[in-house]
Amino acid sequence: MSTTNETQPQDSALVRIEGVEKTFRRASEDVHVLARLDLVVPPGEFLALMGPSGSGKSTLLNLIGGLDRPTQGSVTVAGERIDTLSDRRLADWRARHIGFVFQLYNLMPVLTAERNVELPLLLTHLGKAERQKHVATALAMVGLSHRAKHYPRTLSGGEQQRVGIARGIVTDPTLLLCDEPTGDLDRKAGDEILNLLQALNREHGKTIIMVTHDPHASARASRTVYLNKGRLSNEPVS
Amino acid sequence: MNTLMNWLSQIGSIVKFGLLSIPQRRGAVAATVIGIAGVVVVLVGVLSIAAGFRRAMTASAAPDSAIVLRSGADTEMVSGFGRDQVRLIADAPGVARGPKGPLSSAELFVIINLPKRSTGTDANVPLRGVEPAATAVRDQLTLVSGRMFEWGRTEVIVGAGAAREFAGLEVGSQIKVGRASWPVVGIFTANGGVAESEVWTDAAVLQGAYNRGQSFQSVYTRLTSAEAFQTFKDALTTNPQLSVKVLRQSDYYAEQSETLTRLITTLGVLIASLMAIGAVFGALNTMYSAVATRTREIATLRALGFGRGAIVIALMVESLVIALLGGALGGALAYAAFNNFQAATMNWQSFSQVTFAFAVTPPLLVQGIVLASLIGLIGGLLPAIRAARQPIASALREL
Amino acid sequence: MKYAHLVWGNLKRKKLRTLLTLLSILVAFVLFGLLCSIRQALVGGVELAGADRLVVRHKVSIIQLLPESYQARMERIPGVDLVVHQTWFGGVYQDPKNFFMQNPVQPEPFLAMHPEIVLPPAQRDAWLKTRTGAIVGRTTAERFQWKVGDRIPIRSPIWGQRTWEFDLVGIYEGRDKGTDTTPMFFRYDYFDEMREEGRGRGLVGWYTIRVKDPSRAAEIARLVDQEFENSPAETKTEPEGAFAQAWARQIGNITLIVAGILGAVFFTILLVTGSTMSQAVRERIGELGVLKAIGFTPAQVLGLVLAESCTLAGLGGGLGLALAWLLTVNGDPTGGLLPLFNFRTADLLLGVGLCVVLGVVTGLLPALQAMRLRVADALRRL
Repeated sequence: MSTTNETQPQDSALVRIEGVEKTFRRASEDVHVLARLDLVVPPGEFLALMGPSGSGKSTLLNLIGGLDRPTQGSVTVAGERIDTLSDRRLADWRARHIGFVFQLYNLMPVLTAERNVELPLLLTHLGKAERQKHVATALAMVGLSHRAKHYPRTLSGGEQQRVGIARGIVTDPTLLLCDEPTGDLDRKAGDEILNLLQALNREHGKTIIMVTHDPHASARASRTVYLNKGRLSNEPVS
Repeated sequence: MNTLMNWLSQIGSIVKFGLLSIPQRRGAVAATVIGIAGVVVVLVGVLSIAAGFRRAMTASAAPDSAIVLRSGADTEMVSGFGRDQVRLIADAPGVARGPKGPLSSAELFVIINLPKRSTGTDANVPLRGVEPAATAVRDQLTLVSGRMFEWGRTEVIVGAGAAREFAGLEVGSQIKVGRASWPVVGIFTANGGVAESEVWTDAAVLQGAYNRGQSFQSVYTRLTSAEAFQTFKDALTTNPQLSVKVLRQSDYYAEQSETLTRLITTLGVLIASLMAIGAVFGALNTMYSAVATRTREIATLRALGFGRGAIVIALMVESLVIALLGGALGGALAYAAFNNFQAATMNWQSFSQVTFAFAVTPPLLVQGIVLASLIGLIGGLLPAIRAARQPIASALREL
Repeated sequence: MKYAHLVWGNLKRKKLRTLLTLLSILVAFVLFGLLCSIRQALVGGVELAGADRLVVRHKVSIIQLLPESYQARMERIPGVDLVVHQTWFGGVYQDPKNFFMQNPVQPEPFLAMHPEIVLPPAQRDAWLKTRTGAIVGRTTAERFQWKVGDRIPIRSPIWGQRTWEFDLVGIYEGRDKGTDTTPMFFRYDYFDEMREEGRGRGLVGWYTIRVKDPSRAAEIARLVDQEFENSPAETKTEPEGAFAQAWARQIGNITLIVAGILGAVFFTILLVTGSTMSQAVRERIGELGVLKAIGFTPAQVLGLVLAESCTLAGLGGGLGLALAWLLTVNGDPTGGLLPLFNFRTADLLLGVGLCVVLGVVTGLLPALQAMRLRVADALRRL
């Protein structure tokens, strides 16, 4: 798997967030989740995003992943403003640039591990043989080659998450976004996942943004930022 | 091109997940499939009655055959001719000729009571007096057992349908006509046509038994060709010695069957449409819950970059596949249960019984499948749109 | 019903699903109402038949005529109270599609024989005075917008080439809900005089006999047939009900067909509703566990689920039956083909019964499932 990104941004930042606000309307009340937020993530960083629940961590991650749009401000990933893209273009963009890893793995229960990993490749122009090659590589990277033919329900939580990570990296995305990847795992399995993410970052140069509330997890990141009441800081809030 | 292929493969893979997930919700899917099958069975079943009746009424009427009635008469029941008029009709231009003269049969049509086998209650069975050309003016009349009656004798042959539906019409048995008993000497078929519902004897014998003198009720003719009909008709209607109505046999019997086929078709369509509405609600429920249980999966696919349109189409295809399963099942059941189901009903125009076989025809099966597809598409559309419109971010975390 | 709000709340939880299920039940019951009405239209004559009435017809077939003189001979048979005859006129008003029955009768004994035909006394007197007079039922009068005093031209190929003109002197109502108010009746004396030579003058279609004692009906029927045995026109006499039934059976086995269709409809709806209910229960296993945990007995949980399915069936079915009643209250939708089309009270009650059955059957399996739930398992799924 190559470690170079296909579009090298002019900008030194891979992710640049400027003046982002996000407001949800709940009943008749406006809830300000993010307030004039700026964030720069350089390529090759393993960033941990921490904060208490309800602080807006996941919202921020969704904005970076193009699952949601800011109320105000701009989100630029790999030199492209994604907050102005249409839904259609955004779907294509996600397919090319983003790998997701979810807390609850979100594997398709009706597909085997390898078929789950193959999913994002269906959105590319790759032929069957090529897809298989990529899948095999990704599964090997997460150490699950021997479980390729297994269905999610026959895998442990840690294994399911490793399948999830393989699916996240199989297209060699610009950015890997992990939303509480260890949140549903015990300490041992969680450590294995963190080892894996760290290896992906260090050995393969993957840029990773990970939302977590577990200090044990954030300790593995190269940088940690804290989100509280919609604002970012470099220090945890007591 | 590549984009299109890509899009199609997106749809294909989502459809596959949907279909693969069917075993997990087999209860609801089975309910939908069987429900749609039920609708199709009812539609096809009821319409097969109408199709079978119409087929029986028109099966043995060749395009080059005509029927002549007295002017103003809609049916043979109320028509009548004398010997002279019958001769004029037989000699008219356009009538085909055989070795024994014109292919024209002057006939009488009366009704006798015979018990229905199935219920034992009386039914009006048509008794027709015919002339020797009768077998030549109808298509495919074949004796299947016994022999033809002898001209001039009180003997009858019986249509296969009548022999099946009504008691006492086997070869060797006797039927009561007034105070006399006439032996049944043969059974005939007529390509499933209306003649199979009838009992036949010599017209002259029937005239004697019913004190009809030299009168007849209708004249059936075979024409030299289908095109000769107009010549024949014009010759008769312009003849001042005659006051007649000339119809192709096929038109005459199609008209006779119209009221009943229309009634059955209307009722069948009405019932099936109402059922279909019910089934749409069922299909909607199934697909809504299919979508609800897959909320997270669908959101995940969208997060991975699958398009909204692909998801809508894929879910509709899934619903369509379920509906087509139901449609195919229903069509097969209807075919197995109703095709060639033997029955008899009343032809209100002639007050007499017509025996016929339900006909599950290819067009009916197609109609059934079309209805099933409609149910599937309507049942899939709204849930598919709902699925595609879910906000991805929150749906990803849904359990 | 202190749990009503709980049942109601559960139904409201997935409003769309509840609505869809409700609608499919509703459709089933509308169909039930319509099909019962159609069945009634085709076989209803049997129930309307008078127990004290016999029908006498030609033994060979109904289309053969009987001598007028039989009337007097039948009146002399002991036990016979009244004899009237009718003849099939088979007329066409304007267009052959405008079908309705018209029969010549003798007004006085005919009205005495058929108390279900309700005619105002003044109109009755007018009919007795007017030789060309005719009466018609409310349904047909409304269909063609006829009023008393109208002159009705009718042709009948059976009885000659001429166009008959009748003076409408009365419009009758049916005594019972199911009474056929489509036929027209006119005077036999006018008919007999005016029919063409050679078209059976002095002959009539069939007779109706009223017997003094219904329990002797079968015996009297035998006596009538004996009376005319070995004559040129032998008779077949049977109770009016049997006659009507034989007619209905000539059409086909309507009851079986209707039952078959309704079977398919209810089977379908049962599946749809049943699968919805079990789904609703599956989704709530955790909550049901909570109810049990706070002390609901298994029977109470069973009752809650059953109450829910019965509420659904009751609402959907009730609305469906009401809609069916509205759709059928105006009678025959085909314009003359199905004069007896009506939704009987008995069928309505049967429908109500079916609602309850549907509610219980669809709810039972999920309810049992809910009842047998083990609290610990259920709570884990919360």
